[in-house]
Amino acid sequence: MIEFQNVAKTFPDPRGGEIYAVRDLSLVVRDGETHCLIGTSGCGKTTTLRMVNRLVEPTSGSIRLAGDDITSVDVYGLRRRVGYVIQTGGLFPHMTVAKNVGIMCELEGWTAADVEQRVHDLLQLVNLPADEFATRYPGELSGGQRQRIGVARALALDPDYVLMDEPFGALDPITRAQIHEEFQQLRDEVHKTVLLVTHDLAEAFKLADRISIMDQGRVTQTGTEAQLTSEPANQFVADFLAGHLAAEGA
Amino acid sequence: MRRLAGSILVALLLASGARTQADTIVIGSKNFTESAVLAELMAQMLESHTDLTVERRINLGGTMICWRALREGEIQIYADYTGTGWAIILKEPGKITDPLRAFFYVRQQYLDKYQIHWLEPFGLNNTYALAMREARAEELGIRRISDLRAHQGEIRAGFSIEFGNREDGYPGLSKAYGLRLNVVTLEHGLAYQAIQSGAIDLMDAYSTDGKLLRYRLRVLEDDRRFFPPYNAAPLVRGDTLKAHPEIGRVLGRLAFRVPDYKAQALNYVVETEGESVAAVARAFLEIEKLVDGEQQRAAAARTALAKVLANRPKPGSTKSSRPGFFELLATRSGKLLGLLLEHLGLTLVSVLLAALFAVPLGILITKRDRLRQIALGAAGVMQTIPSLALLAFMIPLLGLGVKAAIAALFLYAILPILRNTYTGITEVDADLVDAARGMGMRPGQILTRVQLPLAMRTIMAGIRTSTVISIGVATLAAFIGAGGLGQPIVEGLYLNDTNLILTGAVPAALLAIVADAGLGRLEIVLQPRTLSAPAE
Repeated sequence: MIEFQNVAKTFPDPRGGEIYAVRDLSLVVRDGETHCLIGTSGCGKTTTLRMVNRLVEPTSGSIRLAGDDITSVDVYGLRRRVGYVIQTGGLFPHMTVAKNVGIMCELEGWTAADVEQRVHDLLQLVNLPADEFATRYPGELSGGQRQRIGVARALALDPDYVLMDEPFGALDPITRAQIHEEFQQLRDEVHKTVLLVTHDLAEAFKLADRISIMDQGRVTQTGTEAQLTSEPANQFVADFLAGHLAAEGA
Repeated sequence: MRRLAGSILVALLLASGARTQADTIVIGSKNFTESAVLAELMAQMLESHTDLTVERRINLGGTMICWRALREGEIQIYADYTGTGWAIILKEPGKITDPLRAFFYVRQQYLDKYQIHWLEPFGLNNTYALAMREARAEELGIRRISDLRAHQGEIRAGFSIEFGNREDGYPGLSKAYGLRLNVVTLEHGLAYQAIQSGAIDLMDAYSTDGKLLRYRLRVLEDDRRFFPPYNAAPLVRGDTLKAHPEIGRVLGRLAFRVPDYKAQALNYVVETEGESVAAVARAFLEIEKLVDGEQQRAAAARTALAKVLANRPKPGSTKSSRPGFFELLATRSGKLLGLLLEHLGLTLVSVLLAALFAVPLGILITKRDRLRQIALGAAGVMQTIPSLALLAFMIPLLGLGVKAAIAALFLYAILPILRNTYTGITEVDADLVDAARGMGMRPGQILTRVQLPLAMRTIMAGIRTSTVISIGVATLAAFIGAGGLGQPIVEGLYLNDTNLILTGAVPAALLAIVADAGLGRLEIVLQPRTLSAPAE
C-alpha cells in the first residue's frame, strides 16, 4: 500500500514566491491494484509519482510504503524495492539487453549464474526470448521492444511496487494496443502494485483498477471507470471525461 | 715643470732600456716541417710588422727540448699543439675530445703554472686521421669514419704498428665506432705507396701531412671525436708579451689562417717541391695578404703553393659542405631516436599527470558550480600564457630541466581534458541518469556504470588534444635544458642550419600526427559498443 497524506511540493518561482506542483494531496494506492494518475500536463501527476521513490522530496506531508515512512528508510534500498519505468525507456545504450535487465542484480552482488537465470526469466516474461535478444543493444530494438525491456528491468529485483511514468506514451497506436494486452497478462502473472501516470484516458480505462484524476496539484476524484463516468465529482471531471471520450470517438 | 721633465726622462730611460735588453726575439721550432713552417710564419710576421729583430732556432728537437728552452728564456716563442700540452706537459691522465675545451684548459694551466701564453690558434689540427684515396672514398660514398661501417667487409685497412696497437689508435677507435675492419699492419712509410697501388683502402695518417695532398687522399671526418685535438698555436713567454704587447697583436693576425688543408699544402710544397721553408712561408703570407709586396725569392714557392691550393680536392665541391637533411637524419639517427624517446617521455608523463588531475576535477565540477567557474577559468588563463613564458615562470620554482618542463606541459594539458570531461559527463542523456537513480544506483555506480562509459569518447578526445598540444610545446622544453626533439631545433637556430632544425621539427610533427591518429583509434576502441557484432 502506498499512502499519501497531505503531501505538497513547491518549487521556487523565479519571479518570487513559490509554485505548487502538488498541494495537499492525499491518496491511497491499494496492494495489488493498478492505479492510474491522469490529468492535463502540469497537473502534478509525474511529480507525485517521483516522490514515491524520492527522486523528488516532498515539501510537506508524508508518504508511506507498506506502512513505513519512506524518509525513514535507506533511499537506495527504497528505490530497489520499487520498480521504475519511464517514457523513453531509459535503457543504457552501451549495455546489452541482458546487461540492462541484470545490472541491478549484479550491483546487489548476485552470482553471474543467478543474474543470467533472472534475465532469462524476465525476458521470457516480456515475450522477448533471451536467445534472440540478450546480446542485442537498445539501439537495435524497436520502440515497443525497448519498452518491454524497460518493464523487465523494473522487475529485476522482484519489487512489490512499480512506478510507471507514461510508459507507453511514445508508441504508435498498434504497438500500444498490443503492449496493453501484454501488460494485462503480465499483471495477472506477477501481482504487483502499480502506480501509472498517463494522459490517455482510454489507456487508463483499459489498464487501471482505479483512476485518480488530478488538476492543479490536487486529486479531484479517485474511482473505477464506472464510478467516474456515472458519478463525476465535479464539473472538471465531467468535462475532462467528456473531452477525452469525444477525442477518442473522433 | 720639473716633475713633468723628470717623468719624461724616466719614461725614455725605461723605453731605451727595454729596447736594448729584449728587442731581439728568438723563435724556436721542433724538428719537423710543420713546426718549422709555423715558426717561420711567425718570424716573418714579426719582422714585417714590428721593429723587433727575430732570431730563428729551427729544428731544436722534440717537444721537451723546445719546452725547456722556452721556460729558461733561451727562446721566447714556439708553436705547439693543445694535445701535446695536455698530455706531455700538463700530464693530464684523461682524454679530452672537445677542441675548444682543450685549448682553454691548456691556456689557463700554462698561464697559472708557467706564465706562458697560448695565443690564438693557427686553425690546423694535426691529429691522427684515417685516410682513403679520394676516388675510392667517393666510389663508396665515405666521408666520415662512421660511414666505414657500411663497407667494413670490403675495406682493407693498413695501419702502422703503433696505431694498430695503441689504445688511442685502432683498438679504441674500433670500440668508439663499432668498427670491425680487416687490418694489416705495415711500416707507415710504405702505407702511402700501398694505398696508392690499391693494396689497401684505408690508412692512418696525420691530418696535416703533405702526403695526403700528394697522393690525393681524403681525410675522413672524425664524427665521433675519437681522436684528441692537436690544435697548433703560438706559445709566448709572459715577460716577452708584457715588454712587447705588439707580438700578441701581430701573431693574432695568423689566427685561423692555416686550416688543415693549407697546412697540408705548406708541408707538401716544402717536402715535395724542395722549396725552402722561408720561401714557402713568405709565399703563403703574400697569398694570404698578410704582408705587403711580392718578393722575387718567393716567386717559385708562390706558384707551387697557389697551384696546390687551387687543386685541392674539395669535399664541398660535389656536395654542400653542410650535410643535408637526410644525411643528418641518417648519421644522427641513434641520437634522434634518443631525443624522440625523451620527447615522448616528457609528453606522456605530462599528459598522464594532467589526466590524473583533470578527469577527477572535471567530474567534481559537474556538481560544484562555483568550483567549475574557478577551475575552467584558471585552466583557460593558463592556455593564454605563451608557452615560452610559462616555461620561464617554472625556472625559479623548479630550476632548469625536466621537472620545470613537465610542470609547464602539465599546466597546458589540463584545459582540454578538464573541459571535455565536464562536457562529456553533463552531455549524458538526463533520462539515463534519472533511470539509473530511480533504479537505486548509488552516485558512484551511476558515475562508473553510466556516465563515464558514455563520456569516454569525449574525455579521450580531450586527452588526444592535450597530447598533440604537448608534443608541440615540448619542442620548446629544449630551451630550458629538458632535451627532446627541440634540441636539434634550438641548435639549428643558433647555427642557422635549416636542415638541423628540420631533423627536430619533422620527427616532432610526425610524432604529433601519429599520436593523433593512434589516440583517435583508441578513442573508437574505448568508446562503448552500442551495436552487437554483425552475425557471422
